[in-house]
Amino acid sequence: MNVVVLVKQVPDTATRIKVSSGGVEIDPRGVNYVMNPYDEFAVEEALRVKELHGGQVTVLTVGGEKADEALRTALAMGADEAVRVSADAKDPLTTARAIASVVRELGPDLVIAGKQAVDDDQGQVGSLVAALLDWPQVTVVTELELSPEGGVAEREVEGGVEVVEFSLPAVLTAQKGLNEPRYASLPGIMKAKRKEIRQVAVDAAVTGEPVLRTTALHVPEERSAGIILRDMDAAALAKELVRLLHEEAKLI
Amino acid sequence: MILAVLEAQDGGLKKISYEILAAAAQANEVLHAGGVCALLIGQQAQRSAVGVPAANCDEVLCVEGPAFAAYSPQAFALAVQAAAESTSAQAVVFGATSLGRDLAPRVSVTLAAGLLMDVTEIFAKGGHLAARRPVYAGKVIAEVECLAETSVVAVRPNAFPAAAQEGPPARTRTLTVEVDAKELRAAVREVRRQASGRQELSEADIVVAGGRGLREPANFALVEELADSLGAAVGATRAVVDAGWRPHHEQVGQTGKTVSPGLYIAVGISGAVQHVAGMSSSRTIVAINRDAEAPIFKICDYGVVGDALEISPQLTREIRLLQR
Ligand SMILES: Cc1cc2nc3c(=O)[nH]c(=O)nc-3n(C[C@H](O)[C@H](O)[C@H](O)COP(=O)(O)OP(=O)(O)OC[C@H]3O[C@@H](n4cnc5c(N)ncnc54)[C@H](O)[C@@H]3O)c2cc1C
Ligand SMILES: Nc1ncnc2c1ncn2[C@@H]1O[C@H](COP(=O)(O)O)[C@@H](O)[C@H]1O
Repeated sequence: MNVVVLVKQVPDTATRIKVSSGGVEIDPRGVNYVMNPYDEFAVEEALRVKELHGGQVTVLTVGGEKADEALRTALAMGADEAVRVSADAKDPLTTARAIASVVRELGPDLVIAGKQAVDDDQGQVGSLVAALLDWPQVTVVTELELSPEGGVAEREVEGGVEVVEFSLPAVLTAQKGLNEPRYASLPGIMKAKRKEIRQVAVDAAVTGEPVLRTTALHVPEERSAGIILRDMDAAALAKELVRLLHEEAKLI
Repeated sequence: MILAVLEAQDGGLKKISYEILAAAAQANEVLHAGGVCALLIGQQAQRSAVGVPAANCDEVLCVEGPAFAAYSPQAFALAVQAAAESTSAQAVVFGATSLGRDLAPRVSVTLAAGLLMDVTEIFAKGGHLAARRPVYAGKVIAEVECLAETSVVAVRPNAFPAAAQEGPPARTRTLTVEVDAKELRAAVREVRRQASGRQELSEADIVVAGGRGLREPANFALVEELADSLGAAVGATRAVVDAGWRPHHEQVGQTGKTVSPGLYIAVGISGAVQHVAGMSSSRTIVAINRDAEAPIFKICDYGVVGDALEISPQLTREIRLLQR
């Protein structure tokens, strides 16, 4: 079973984000970039699929040269091949069109993406790729069982879990809980360093026009600290808090 | 026309449906779109439609039939497409829920639309729909403009004040959408509901969340009792989820759920950036922590410095007293 995993390089979640002077991009200075956390679950799941059913794991990213780092992280975890797609991808749709065109060429049985990239927080690309390929999709997957023709996945919904039956080829998006991503081994890291990353260029005729444009970014004002209650016993603290929430905030 | 894709459960409308209607009304106003139509998909569509007051929309389109008994992205996308075409919709509004997030991208492709995902405000820019949406887990707010003729919007739960829920119901119209259930390549076979009886985390008005300050899993009962006294949902930090104290669907934060309730009570939570990212848009934040220097105190409206194990049961008691 051949699996393509979509990975994106994003700022580390602990990074303090500053908006650059232009106002529509973030300031990359001092930002530490990592593989999108949800994509780690996607890579791990693909490796498990390979271990169970055989086949190949190809990791794919759309991005600049720097994004090779995310691909090498995935190679070090155990992925077989890596492809970096250069394309004029300006929004989720143009990114998805670039991805879909390369996936078509690779012809895998399964595509696994992360449920959401923690930079733009779109959570669109997986489903967009599925729609463009006219493949079935299961998003926010927390449990997966595959057979040669299809599979059963569990997805997280409000107040419960949906059990979804799907046929292959399909696109899945990975949610926390799906698995515990492995750490790259030292030999894995050494091997990944020497591996070739295939570069594919997708031209503008394929990516088409973007449908979204970011016109401004701003950092919201930080919340300011409020009333702090202290130096009383637990009963008095609780009483005073409930009074404030009831009489002042009128929330309870 | 603006098409509002509503969500029903057990024959009634979900709370998010009224927020979707409110957002659709706003989109109608800024785009001068000529009205709002609602859409309900599923076996109980007609029955749930009774919950849509006529004041909120011109009519409710109902798509019923065996192919829509269970959720399938393919079938539901066809239903939304048919409704959008039948109403010449300029914009289609979803909730940014597990259904909306799954379906909206698919619909945006079939409608050749731009998708504004997880938005908290909508407005018009140069005749196009535009929105504000949190990115980088709320550390930054982006203004995004839809360049396509048609827009699809998914609104974040609790971001739009709900539209009126009472009043004479809107008229309904049955829309027939032909789908062969055998053709569906992904469909829900079973739904397993959690039996907690509590409100769902991402939709709740009040959230009580616990962290490692509770010391051991059994003490989480204190958080649950406090939550139950307030009719609140229960949340958790990644630290306690990773430790196996709580299920991962309760995790609040950058790699968990984003919540924006009216009241968020953080019990024994330090306030790490990744946690704060998922709850900083709550209207009022209360923190209970015994370390006066804990970062959570920098962002809370009401902070209580003390032992959560002692204070939580007292709080529950005081709230119960208030409710008598
Ligand atoms: C990529 C990445 C993603 C992450 N995503 C998330 C996420 O989505 N959500 C999330 O929550 N975290 C996330 N984290 C983890 C985050 O960095 C913190 O480690 C975590 O939020 C800490 O949880 P905590 O507050 O329960 O524990 P701690 O940080 O250990 O804090 C416990 C607090 O309890 C207080 N305390 C102790 N005893 C008592 C007592 N008796 N009474 C009152 N207070 C007491 C302490 O003073 C302390 O402030 C992420 C981290 C990374 C690297
Ligand atoms: N530039 C990209 N290259 C490869 N995969 C991507 C890219 N952008 C998004 N993805 C994939 O799509 C998922 C969702 O991203 P998003 O829709 O941007 O939130 C990510 O977790 C990745 O798996």
